[in-house]
Amino acid sequence: MRGVPNCTAAALTEDGLVMNKKFSLNVNGQVHSVEADEDTPLLYALRDDLGLNNPHFGCGLAQCGACTVHLDGKPTRSCVTPLSEVGNRSVVTLAGLGTPEHPHPLQTAYVEEEVPQCAYCINGWIMTAAAFLRDHKKPTDEEIRTALTGLKCRCGTHMAILRAVKRAAAMMG
Amino acid sequence: MTRHEKSATFSRRAVLKSAGALVVSIGAPVTFDAALADEPMAAATQPPLLPDQLSSYLAVNADGTISTYFGKMDMGQGLSVAIRQMVAEELDVPFNKVAISIGDTATSVNQGGASGSTGIQEGGKQMRMAAAEARRVLVQMAADKLGVAADQLTVNDGVVHAAGDAAKKVSYADLIGGQYFNVHLDWNGKYGNPLYAPGKAQPKNPKDHKVVGQAIKRDDIAPKVFAQTNFTTDVKVPGMVHGRMIRPPVAGAVPVKVDESSIKTIPSAKVVWDKAFLGVVADREWDAINAAHSLKVEWSQVAPPFPDQATLYDHIRNAPARKREVAGKEAGNVDDAFKNAARVIEAEYEWPFQSHSCMGPACALVEIKDGHVTCWSGTQKAHFVRAGVAAILQVPEETVRTIWTTGPGSYGRNDADDCAADAAVLAKAVGKPVRLQYMRDQGTGWDPKAPASIHRARVAVDASGNVVAYDFLSKGFSRVDVNTNGSQPHDTLAGQTLGVALKSGDGFGVPGESYAFDNKRTAWETIAPLLDRTSPLRTSHMRDPVGPQITFASESFIDEVAAALKVDPIEFRLRHVKEARDIAVIKAAAEKAGWQPRQSPRKDQTGDKVSGRGIGYASRNGTRVAVIAEVEVDRRSGKIWARKFTVAHDCGQIINPDGLHHTVENNVVQGASRALWEEVKFDNKNVTSVDWRTYPILDVAEAPEQVDIVLINHPEIAPSGAGEAATRPVAAAIANAVFDATGVRIRRAPLSPDRVKAALS
Repeated sequence: MRGVPNCTAAALTEDGLVMNKKFSLNVNGQVHSVEADEDTPLLYALRDDLGLNNPHFGCGLAQCGACTVHLDGKPTRSCVTPLSEVGNRSVVTLAGLGTPEHPHPLQTAYVEEEVPQCAYCINGWIMTAAAFLRDHKKPTDEEIRTALTGLKCRCGTHMAILRAVKRAAAMMG
Repeated sequence: MTRHEKSATFSRRAVLKSAGALVVSIGAPVTFDAALADEPMAAATQPPLLPDQLSSYLAVNADGTISTYFGKMDMGQGLSVAIRQMVAEELDVPFNKVAISIGDTATSVNQGGASGSTGIQEGGKQMRMAAAEARRVLVQMAADKLGVAADQLTVNDGVVHAAGDAAKKVSYADLIGGQYFNVHLDWNGKYGNPLYAPGKAQPKNPKDHKVVGQAIKRDDIAPKVFAQTNFTTDVKVPGMVHGRMIRPPVAGAVPVKVDESSIKTIPSAKVVWDKAFLGVVADREWDAINAAHSLKVEWSQVAPPFPDQATLYDHIRNAPARKREVAGKEAGNVDDAFKNAARVIEAEYEWPFQSHSCMGPACALVEIKDGHVTCWSGTQKAHFVRAGVAAILQVPEETVRTIWTTGPGSYGRNDADDCAADAAVLAKAVGKPVRLQYMRDQGTGWDPKAPASIHRARVAVDASGNVVAYDFLSKGFSRVDVNTNGSQPHDTLAGQTLGVALKSGDGFGVPGESYAFDNKRTAWETIAPLLDRTSPLRTSHMRDPVGPQITFASESFIDEVAAALKVDPIEFRLRHVKEARDIAVIKAAAEKAGWQPRQSPRKDQTGDKVSGRGIGYASRNGTRVAVIAEVEVDRRSGKIWARKFTVAHDCGQIINPDGLHHTVENNVVQGASRALWEEVKFDNKNVTSVDWRTYPILDVAEAPEQVDIVLINHPEIAPSGAGEAATRPVAAAIANAVFDATGVRIRRAPLSPDRVKAALS
């Protein structure tokens, strides 16, 4: 299964060590170079090598969404996406979605609605909803719920999440 | 202004004063009265960080802003805003001039951390008293400086004015800015939640409050939404390596052989193995994960420790009671009343083990450097983790600093405290700072669990249909196999894996309500844990500890009695509830929901989809809440949609209605999740709920359509807690609504589709 480590199957160096490779990553508009085992999930390269703390480790199993980033605009679970599969696709994290000066409507709505309690889950919801609202104007409540199904929030902020996504949808016309 | 841990340095003036006042030991605190004699209550050097020093709670900076130091933490319920409001109110400074530092053992005294929803109830009370005392002292200093009597002075925005002469004024900053208060408080000698150290000042009359009661928004959200906040998981220090722990496949087994050659292909990977403690570290995080996954371990052969899960409730029923306790004084003579009853109504309810399953598994970073230990942790109780880390490392507590950093969720004694102790052991073993994060299966499978229990309830009814006796007994695993904090090795997995025996405590609880029956007894019994060491089913506090399970039973049962006596569920409650504030929340919820009196169940529905309504009510340490659930039940699939909740909530004075609203709403949704989905599964070897598929929670598609919340404000009543109370009656409200819809009473939680379907067929 993807995302589950398997060092015994990894490519080894002449010294019998897991082999590192160089990867070029385009993240939030900047190109970075990372040297890592090719099976390393993108999540760890973003967090540990590039210092982008916003994608979080929640499950490592693509079940919760806390690690979600956009790959060429598509919400993707970075915890199960090996570096070898990223290629030259553009990676956007929550930090790249908007800034306090130029916020994404979902970020504005999240602040206005005071959505998060612990906030550890927000990458999943915001990055998934951002792609959904980009592709679906004026969604119904039902469509929003369906689009966000499967993401996890343990603090029970479900109501505020739905309010914020509706608010952002209205802002995005 | 910077602060230093436990600074033993006194100002020269203070030391001289101590000597002069016949205080024999240097280092003893200067009393307020001594200080008041002839000196300003200011010190250039911080007095020691002790509960009886005003400077331990707040300081006026050179620019007039106020720094406050809070020995609890804010898990995202807006507590830090509320505390700042209370401090700003008493000091008469604008809210935005007050900053707060939370849960750092170097800057705050042990106020108990997050515990029992006491953030405002106890923590806020202390900060309010400290701020009131600071204002009093500052006004006195201004009186001396301006030559105006203190009672002729007022304060606006941190500037003290003479009432009759606007030109006579001095700011807090000019009085003491950049210096420390050197003011003694009347500490009650207690640490933790009950810590209380008032000064001589009285807090304001609530009718004069301007800042308290305002819906001021949280300002920690924007930095999180713009990815500018460092969570515990994000803290890094130079030279840090990554750790992962390895848990046994059969609970209770210990490693007998570890084949380090099995991870020789992973650069930098190292094994840390001592008795049953087994972890790995590596320079890179993925390498640590890989090493933990690949390490070949031979485990001891142990008998499978757990019963078949299908027999769990029989096990509880049949197990000898380790401790029995009757709450308070039994009213009347319950046993006689039952002997003489015309009719007895009785029922038994069951509640499973539940897991905190925080959004991310716990993380901690421990650095041991130059004889000092620093631990970054998402714990609810930084000061206790400090003690726990010191104990596991066998170093003096004074050499350890724990810095609470916002973590991946917390609802009680989750896995955070275990993680801090494990990280400390790893860091000591490898001589480098170690950042340890558990994996998902450990976050769900190995966190301390909310206890499973059964609850027997019965009432005696006389010939006229009046309830004359009530008897309620809970029997279950203790709520505290491990303590509610990780301050001692026997309470953490690190301690237990290193050989310290579990010391399972005894505790459960009784229903929180004010039903008055002539004869009434509420009691509990605890049973021994299933495994006496390093158990993935060890219990501890999870949000509203034992409240959801007890109230599921007690408020379902009240509904059963109402139905048996053919009385509307709210009318029945109002006949017997005694406390006026309890009555008020029930009435407020009923009114808001548009409740029309009638008996349950409804009998006017046909087809697969039926709907119903139900109420649950409870009190919790002074807070009272009523929840009305309106549900839809799909009889074919067994699926319940809790479509609407109406909540009435009274926690005395409301400090911030905005934060309170969010807290209550999230409480109710999490409560619905626990009622409808959550059950820790296990086989006879281990816990098998190890991720979100095997421990499902409420999905957003199943979120209610509407949650209406009525907040009842009592400014004249000291605030009580709000972090947990609204969770308490949710499961019963849902179960009662399911009964109303279907006529079928479900007495085992969670009300998952399989269970409901089976019950309806």
